[in-house]
Amino acid sequence: MSADTHAEQVEHDSHGIEIPHATMRDYGIGFVLSVILTAIPFALVMTGALSAPVTAVVIMGFAVVQIIVHMVYFLHMSPKAEGGWTLTSLIFTLIVVVIMLSGSVWVMSNLNANMMPQAHLESQLP
Amino acid sequence: MSNATTTVAAGGEAPVYYEIDEAPHPEGHSTMLGFWIYLMSDCLIFAILFACYAVLGGNFAAGPGPKDLFDLNLIALNTAMLLFSSITYGFAMIAMQGRNVRHTQMWLAVTGLFGAAFLAIEIYEFAHLIHIGATPQRSAFLSAFFTLVGTHGLHVTFGLVWLVTLIVQLGRHGLNPANQRRVACLSLFWHFLDVIWIGVFTFVYLMGML
Repeated sequence: MSADTHAEQVEHDSHGIEIPHATMRDYGIGFVLSVILTAIPFALVMTGALSAPVTAVVIMGFAVVQIIVHMVYFLHMSPKAEGGWTLTSLIFTLIVVVIMLSGSVWVMSNLNANMMPQAHLESQLP
Repeated sequence: MSNATTTVAAGGEAPVYYEIDEAPHPEGHSTMLGFWIYLMSDCLIFAILFACYAVLGGNFAAGPGPKDLFDLNLIALNTAMLLFSSITYGFAMIAMQGRNVRHTQMWLAVTGLFGAAFLAIEIYEFAHLIHIGATPQRSAFLSAFFTLVGTHGLHVTFGLVWLVTLIVQLGRHGLNPANQRRVACLSLFWHFLDVIWIGVFTFVYLMGML
């Protein structure tokens, strides 16, 4: 049996497939952190413990941390995976996403402010 | 045919090789990276939909807003379903590393059940919204909401189709290299959908209720 699995392992290696090695520890840590990082934002919003602007900033922070937790513990991101190419493509994508998201929100809010002068927006006009 | 190649060495000189064919690429050696790049392009789709929601999310057209529509208890339940399906998929990966086909299939099936529960809750939510008149045509906010959350739900649906196919494939061919690759790719896809859901419940549901 062990010889059999060894042979499979060799065959597997010769194929050169790079499947990230997962451990129970990784998934356990990721799951516990995710539960905590999900429960706190829900609790904050449902109880209304903090003021709205503070809550918004806090839950966005929690979301960013949880996304990183998922990336590391569930998606097995590391600078070494695939010779660094997964991380490179991720960073490239993130740069594009940040430019697009912030650009869209910025441009469209400017348009809103300048093109649709309504009573409640008048005070924001230059 | 084989004679022609072996007689070259008979001359006593070192044979000269000309590479006519492409260098061999072992099957699937770049699948994981390729699939990752596909996920990054998927990430761009969702980023565009998030941008749309960020821009249009405040345009209610005198219709209902997030506070009138969303039920956070339901969303918390939905989030739990997706999170549980993530950890059970992790168990499937670990079972695969232990070369246990039955356990891999079982954990994939459990993952599928949680995924189906997530979808059922989402469909219930959508049906309820449409029933009370909050259809995608009602306002720009609802158009952007249904597009963003619906696209995520569509991804989960296709993930489920993939999952069922994979369970059947594992039953037929076992854990051969191709199937291992497929399980690993679906793992990326499934966990990626969970990452997108973090963005959805934070920006759409929680921020909407503030």
